[in-house]
This record gives sequence, structure tokens and C-alpha cells, in this order.
Amino acid sequence: MVKFIVRRLMLLIPVLIGVSVIAFLMLHLAPGDPAELLAGLEASAEDIAALRTRFGLDKPLFVQYFMFLKGLFDGSLISLKYEMPAASVIFPRILNTLKLACASIVVAVAVGMIAGIVSAVRRHSLVDYVSTTLALLGVSMPVFWWGLILIMIFSVYLRWLPSGGMGGLRYLVLPAIVLGTASAGAIARMTRSSMMEVLKQDYITAAKAKGLPERLVIYRHALRNALIPTVTVVGLEFGYMLAGAVLTETVFSWPGVGRLIVDSILARDYPVVQASLVLVAGVFVLVNLGVDVLYAFLDPRIRYD
Amino acid sequence: MTKESTKRPAHAAWRRLKKNKIAIAGLFIVILYVACAIFAPYISPHDPTKQSLADSFLMPNAEHLLGCDEFGRDILSRIIWGARISLLIQVSSVIVALLVGISLGALGGYYGGKLDELIMRFMDILLAFPGMLLALAIVAMLGPSVRNLIVAIGIYSVPQFARITRGAVLAISANEYVLGAKAIGESDLSVIVRYVLPNALSPIIVQTTLRMATVLLTASGLGFLGLGVQPPNPEWGTMLSSARMYLRSAPHVAIFPGLAIMITVLGFNFLGDGLQDALNPRLKE
Repeated sequence: MVKFIVRRLMLLIPVLIGVSVIAFLMLHLAPGDPAELLAGLEASAEDIAALRTRFGLDKPLFVQYFMFLKGLFDGSLISLKYEMPAASVIFPRILNTLKLACASIVVAVAVGMIAGIVSAVRRHSLVDYVSTTLALLGVSMPVFWWGLILIMIFSVYLRWLPSGGMGGLRYLVLPAIVLGTASAGAIARMTRSSMMEVLKQDYITAAKAKGLPERLVIYRHALRNALIPTVTVVGLEFGYMLAGAVLTETVFSWPGVGRLIVDSILARDYPVVQASLVLVAGVFVLVNLGVDVLYAFLDPRIRYD
Repeated sequence: MTKESTKRPAHAAWRRLKKNKIAIAGLFIVILYVACAIFAPYISPHDPTKQSLADSFLMPNAEHLLGCDEFGRDILSRIIWGARISLLIQVSSVIVALLVGISLGALGGYYGGKLDELIMRFMDILLAFPGMLLALAIVAMLGPSVRNLIVAIGIYSVPQFARITRGAVLAISANEYVLGAKAIGESDLSVIVRYVLPNALSPIIVQTTLRMATVLLTASGLGFLGLGVQPPNPEWGTMLSSARMYLRSAPHVAIFPGLAIMITVLGFNFLGDGLQDALNPRLKE
């Protein structure tokens, strides 16, 4: 098991190097002179020259790449807008996104799993029909629109909940529902199909045949095995939430990392964009690795090679 | 299985699809959407960009079925013309992704070894950017325009097609008819194109349909963020981006473009799910 984890971690190294190269090249593949791009439209020739020196844009490309990597870790990669190390700008934003993602995954797991289990057990009933349709609706919904609709209902008309910003628990409710909806749909679909797969197995028939009550068969024998693929989906969805919350964060003015990336793109704060891309991708691949390890741990049939 | 259906697998799949009501509903939505896109100039009741400030925020009425937006432009006409932009982005970016993804996946799966390893590691790197982040980064780099949006969304969809093609090619390459074709001296290209890829078609068709849904969500999401199609072009996400300022006074301006996105995405998802069941009948229960 330890060997499996170590080898998977080693495999992440080339991926992370690739990610950092892509983030680094962003500035250089963009049309035009990187220094002018950083400086913006109204910059004077001196400003551009200063930025060229500051970012080492006059040095060979691979030297610049190592400067970029070094800057990520020692804080010498400075945000143009906030005039502080990019990592210090990003870190509190990642915590905010984490908070939102945790709340959303609770919503998604609770709703998704219950819907999926009920669907599978009462297969082809009205409940199943409604729940599978709602699940597909959930994954087809544009999150930003869903957010606007909930704001209209709960903030504008009913005035129950705030329409945006960060504060107490009240501020978390709508964004968590919005970000959790698509995941709830995905989790419901996965739970239903894996549950149906398990319910077909011989050992379930055997458990029923020996006279166990239906409820016990479902909860003790079926659910435990059916949840293994669901756990993977939950993990993946959590990873997507950490990074994919851009739209939800925009709708609800939630100061998370996704919003930071978009704001930094619009403000041409390239150092923050680049550093966020690397950090977010890093967190994402680590979460994915965690999911794989958990999967191997839960399902003893999986070999560690 | 009847004799006819063994001869015409596409025919058999269509018969199975026809029985699936939800898939047919999806097909109907998709056809309606494509028709809007193609016939926009003939069916749209008004000019989608013509402003008329006297009509701003007009509620839906007989003349303007879905009302008017902040500049008094007819929302229904803008939605119909918006289908044209969305379809253009969807089809072009998925074609980019198909061409690149299938080539890379087929090469990796067929030759294996170092080449396969290299291609798949590169796909892992692209997949390390979660969700729409890769498309966002590429648009940020190239600047927002329809062409750049197509490139960005195309690249971001490549890994899915590469992985699926590779998987299918790996499974098919070991078959006797492929080994036989190789044995009689057919060139690799000919083996791949004539024997391997046609048999990998079902998963690619299903993935293409489902991807159309994802791509539409991504493109409209980028539009909403201000990084997609730029106003005054009537892209659905871009329309929502300005509408959010008027939620209190004119909710209809935000409701209808979002409904258009949701219904269209739902259509592609219904159809994709149905195709999955129809093309792989053994998988179904």
C-alpha cells in the first residue's frame, strides 16, 4: 500500500512539472511582447523596461522558468495588483473556496446518495422516474443561472437569505446548494447504477433466499459494496468544486480562488493567474490521488500495481 | 438478433433508440436547436441587435413573446440567433477535439510503448486543470473572441476523446481480424482507419453527444464571466451576464436565456444517454 502511494506520488511529479510549464508559458504564448502585456495599455516605455528587468524577461526562457518556479516557493513572484507575494494573495482565497466546497459536498452527498438509493431500490417506479429526471436536470443546469434563480427567489422576493458576500452560515446556504446541485446529480446517477449492479449479484439473491428482511439486505449487504464507486465520484466532485467554483463564486461574490483567477485575468495580474493555476492543479491532482488510494483501500479486489 | 440487424448494426441501434422516449425527446430538442441555428434569419421575429430604448425591460407580450432586454432588444430573437453562435462553437470545438483526440488516442493505443506513455502523460497534464480552468486559462492567454473560444474549448476536450479512443483501440487491436489484416501486409494507417476506428465508433459517438452538452455549458459559462463571446453578440451566457444587474426589476431578462441553455444541454444529455443504451445494448440492466 505504501509502495503504491509512493509510486503514484512519483507519477505526479512529471504532471506537476508539465502544469507549471503550461502556466509559465501562458505569458509567452500570448500574442505580443510579455513585458507590454504585463504593463498594460497605458504603460510608458520606462514602466515596460522596469517590468522586463523585474521579471527577467530579457533572460533565456529556461532561466525565466526556473525564476518562476523559485518565485512560487520563496515569495519572489509578486502580484502586480496587490504588490505582495502571489502565494500570500492566493492562500486565503483557497481557504474560502475550501469552506464553500465542504458545505457543497455535504449537500451533494446527502441529496445525491438518498436519491440514488431510493431510485435503485424502487426501480422503474414514479419515484425513480422523478429522481433520475431531476438528477439529469441537475447536471444540465448552468450553475450561474441556477444561482441567479435562487437569488431571485430567496433574496429578492422572500428576503430570507443574502444574495452574496461572505459572513455567517446564512451566506453559505445558497452558494452551497448551487455548487452542490450538479454534483448531487452525478452522485445520484452513480449510486443508482452501482446499486442496481450490486442488487443483481448472486450474494444478494442468496441473502434474500436465506430469509433476511429486504431492509437488512439493502443496508448491510448491498449498500456497502455499491458505495465504493460512489466514493470515487464524491472525491472527484470535491476536486472539481475546489477549482470549478468560479461561476458560483462570481454569482455570489464569494471571495474564493476561482473568482481570484478571473479577476486577475481581467486585471492582467499574470503572476497571480500563473501561481493560482499551479496551486489549484496541484491541489486537484492530490485530491484525485487521495480518491484512488481510498478506492484501493475500500475495495480489496484492487491490486496495487 | 434477426438476420437483418446483424447486417445493419446502425439500423438495430436506431430501432432501440426509437423505443426510448427520453432519447427521442432529446433528439427532438437537438433538432429544434439546430433548426433555430440554421433558419435564424427566417424565423426570428425581430432584429436581434436592434435597440429601441422605449422598449427596454418590456415584459413579455404579443409583439415580444419573451419581452425585451435593457436596450429594448427582442429577447426571443436574441435567443434564436444565440443558437447559431452556440452551435458554431460547439461543432467547431468538438471537431477540433475529435481530430486531435482520436489521432492521439489511436496512435497511443495502437503502437503502445514509449509513444503511448508520452501521449497519455501529456493528457494527464491537461486533465490536471480541473473543469473549465484549462479553457479559462487558454482564453485568458489568447484573448476573448469566437475563434479563440473554439480553440480553448477544443483543446480542453481533447483528453476525453484521446482516452476513449485509446481504450477502444487497445481492446480492438487484439482481435483476430485486426491481426489478420496486419498479417496480410496492410499498412498500419490502413489497419487503423479501416479496421480499428470503425469499431471504436460507438463510444466516440456517445462521448461526442455528451461533450456537446459540456461544451455548451463551458462556452456560456465563459460568456457569463465576460471571457467568452463579447456583447452585443447574443450568446446565451453573455446575455445572462448583463441580465444579473436587473434581477429585481426585470427577472425575465435573466430567466429565458438560462432556460435556453438548460433545455439544450438537457437535450444533448438525454440523447447521449439514449445512444449509450442503444449502441451498447448489453450494458443495459
